[in-house]
Amino acid sequence: MAMLRNTKIMDRADLAGRLIARLRHDEAVIGGIGYANFDVFGAGHRPQNFYMLGSMGLAVPIALGLALAQPQRGVVAVEGDGSLLMQLGSLATVASVAPANLTIVVLDNAAYQITGGQPTATASAADLVEIARGAGLVKSAWAADESDFERLLVEALAGPGPSLIGTRIAPSAPQRQTPREPARIKDAFMLGLGTKSPF
Amino acid sequence: MSDNPQRSAWHEPVIRALKANGVRLVVYVPDNVLRPLLGAVAADPHFTSFAAAREEEAVGIVAGACMGGMRGIVLMQTSGFATLANVLASLVVACQIPVLLMISERGTLGEFNPGQALVCRTMRPVLDSLAIEHHTLTRLHETEFMVDRAARQAFQTQMPAALILSPMLTGGKPSG
Repeated sequence: MAMLRNTKIMDRADLAGRLIARLRHDEAVIGGIGYANFDVFGAGHRPQNFYMLGSMGLAVPIALGLALAQPQRGVVAVEGDGSLLMQLGSLATVASVAPANLTIVVLDNAAYQITGGQPTATASAADLVEIARGAGLVKSAWAADESDFERLLVEALAGPGPSLIGTRIAPSAPQRQTPREPARIKDAFMLGLGTKSPF
Repeated sequence: MSDNPQRSAWHEPVIRALKANGVRLVVYVPDNVLRPLLGAVAADPHFTSFAAAREEEAVGIVAGACMGGMRGIVLMQTSGFATLANVLASLVVACQIPVLLMISERGTLGEFNPGQALVCRTMRPVLDSLAIEHHTLTRLHETEFMVDRAARQAFQTQMPAALILSPMLTGGKPSG
């Protein structure tokens, strides 16, 4: 059964570009496994970006830990619907710990796009924003369109959070792939955060 | 078991060693044996501690904190460790993030649950196959040294480390 939704189906690369363009304070971005981090990388590499290669579902937990370690820095987790469905408990943990500097952006294409477009539960029944609200994330909303996404994002970044923004995206593939070098990605990220210094 | 002073005090040297190594974040999925440690860190303002819904979530949280400059440890039971092979391989080992793991060992020395006994047999082979340094804590007088040195090595080498709490140290879970 298709659900009645009044949210626009948007383009993932366009949304990633809008997200990165709104970051003005060296916010950290955790790009979830697969297309989510390809989108973040595709929008232009920043030293404060972390790209996941495995550990599906952990963008939100990694962002939560970082938000606790650096309470003065805004932290954004960008996660897909398939990944978030794998770690729904993390939404309850975030709500309970309640870091003021954490924003979660969900890119929901209702499919495991990277493995051939098999439908996720959001294609038929599940609503991730309702799930987030039920987990206790009261500042959770679907973005109706691109300008609504930017409005919600600016609000979320201004805080206090935690906040979750749901976006519905079309089933397209990202333009670029992130380099597959986990230790280098971590080192570059820590240099960008100032928690590691160059030689 | 709690009338044995050795077995009721094992958490104190653990806390001293964690503090000596600047560990401030404790994320756990609880276990009966861990109770004295969980209670002590919750009561100590040096630590930020809370429960995660799953062990791999806890590893992600501590990994994120670690990259942000805050050292942390994940506390769990043997059965929870068994859910971690993928996240350890793909996040913690691959990225070289010094996440500390402390595992309350069930499934040996008096276990009553056959499932626990079986899953316990997978723990050390998984740690060995991922080349994760691990030590089993069995004696109170060695505990502070082992936790301190294992943590120190983890942070110096930027690699994870696992500390296994043997029933010989903690008394284990009373037989059901």
